[in-house]
Amino acid sequence: MGKTLAEKIFDSHLRDEPFPGTKVLNIDRVLCHEITTPVAIADLVWRDKDRVFDRTRIKAVIDHVTPAKDSKTATQAKMLRDWARRHDIPDFFDVGHNGVCHALFPEKGFIHPGHTVIMGDSHTCTHGAFGAFAAGVGTTDLEVGILKGVCAFREPATIRVNLDGVLPNGVFAKDVILYVISRLGVNGATDKVIEFRGAVVDQMSMEGRMTLCNMAIEAGGTSGVCMPDQVTVDYLWPFINSEFSSKEAALAEFSQWCSDEDARYVEVLDIDVSTLVPQVTYGYKPDCVKPVSEMAGTPVDQVYIGTCTNGRIEDLRQAAEVLRGRQIAKTVRGIVSPATPKIFNDALAEGIIQVFMDAGFCVTNPTCGACLGMSNGVLAEGEVCASTSNRNFNGRMGKGGMVHLMSPATAAATALTGVITDARTL
Amino acid sequence: MQKEFGGRAIVLDRSDINTDEIIPAKYLTEVTKEALKPYLLEDLKLEGFDPNGEALANARVVISRENFGCGSSREHAPWVFEVNGIYTIIAQSYARIFRQNMFNCGMLAIELPRAAIDALIALATTAPLEVTVDLKGQKMTAAAAGQTLNYDFDISPFDQALVLAGGWVEFADARY
Repeated sequence: MGKTLAEKIFDSHLRDEPFPGTKVLNIDRVLCHEITTPVAIADLVWRDKDRVFDRTRIKAVIDHVTPAKDSKTATQAKMLRDWARRHDIPDFFDVGHNGVCHALFPEKGFIHPGHTVIMGDSHTCTHGAFGAFAAGVGTTDLEVGILKGVCAFREPATIRVNLDGVLPNGVFAKDVILYVISRLGVNGATDKVIEFRGAVVDQMSMEGRMTLCNMAIEAGGTSGVCMPDQVTVDYLWPFINSEFSSKEAALAEFSQWCSDEDARYVEVLDIDVSTLVPQVTYGYKPDCVKPVSEMAGTPVDQVYIGTCTNGRIEDLRQAAEVLRGRQIAKTVRGIVSPATPKIFNDALAEGIIQVFMDAGFCVTNPTCGACLGMSNGVLAEGEVCASTSNRNFNGRMGKGGMVHLMSPATAAATALTGVITDARTL
Repeated sequence: MQKEFGGRAIVLDRSDINTDEIIPAKYLTEVTKEALKPYLLEDLKLEGFDPNGEALANARVVISRENFGCGSSREHAPWVFEVNGIYTIIAQSYARIFRQNMFNCGMLAIELPRAAIDALIALATTAPLEVTVDLKGQKMTAAAAGQTLNYDFDISPFDQALVLAGGWVEFADARY
């Protein structure tokens, strides 16, 4: 019997099996941000165990509220900053160099096929796009990861989602994942890995694959994963060209992690995307998904483009394509937050920032900000936001606020009209 | 050190109660568990539920339905229960990260089938429900108005070891 990618990673990283069914894995990347790490740091200090297992395998960033908005967030940032300096963590990213963790760390080339990755953040599943096993964990798991470089998991079964056909014009990775979540349900993948396969994924950029894997958690999934291939190698090449003699050699090495043909899946979902239309959420759960056409005309107060789901350069390009030469509705506040300084810079160079500003958008620095109602665009009671983020829970972007999740193109079209709009109808 | 489980129960009769409802993100700027205490379930909208009411203040056990604790990885969710004296949650199912966070903190996330949850919720509507837990025997009893319900539950040997050790840091530190 063959193995899935996740099973191969579990076998190769197994440190201990303290009880049947519990696998303690060696962790390649322990990622840290300023919201969930400070309590772990404080606990380690309190236990007189203020140590790190390997300073080169720990990466840290201040991203959720940055620059700090008040004394409390300044304290959180300071706790992470002081700790990173104390332990001489080489890859620590502060104001001027920081961005949304799940966009920044991949962009730096930190995540490779076959890696095990944990972070105190549920959207850590994003990094599975590189053929890694990447799981969000709580602060205690993070603390043990920092101290010992291990984390315990139940070995997850894998759901295979075959995405075949050709994506129609104006339909993007975000529409695909919203549709997949509506099929699986918010707990359909609990304790499972979601493997995204098929021609659509093969042709997708790393950005699109990250959008898919990012929302695996919204179906309860432990990690989303894509198979490493030429696209993965090309993306990582600037970071790995000293390790491999050629791209072919890198591809051969990375391909070993791919699921075997005869691997076993707990569930297989076949989806032909050729007839898929733009999707949007209604209600307060991410599996409440409809075609945009069925929600068209719903007024919004704010449009938010950014986040670890859709704040990458490809996303900004897709939105700018819709906005170019047009003005957003007077009733709408448009906010765009490029997810990293590099994305911001690339968008500047491509003239995309100008397009957003000409259209009437506010451009913020890279940060998680409004996505979880922390800063830079929190909603008032009763307000509605069209957002490219990943979670539409009641009050997520501000108490009493409503969030509709959608692609950057749909969000841009919605900003232009002030009501939920299918960009293809403009 | 092992915590005390069981006590007076409160019912949150809905599936998919998420981490933003348990503790809104705006309070994640706190850097101590104690500071979270006033904000437990502040944003939960549920008929008959009052986040400032006596039922929650007196509760030591929460009973709920499917996919409890879905959403964020924030361990602030188990912590806000912990600092309010709620160490036991009984639900039909959990989101993975929340469930692991509970055991990692030495707290107890009991899973029971739908029929058992239905019966517990029905009994709790008659009178205040008192839950007792036998962790090693993996048995629990719920009593109200002279009626009792008895259930066996199943937690993995690993999760039981975490609860007995008082949490994952203690367990891992002793072993790795």
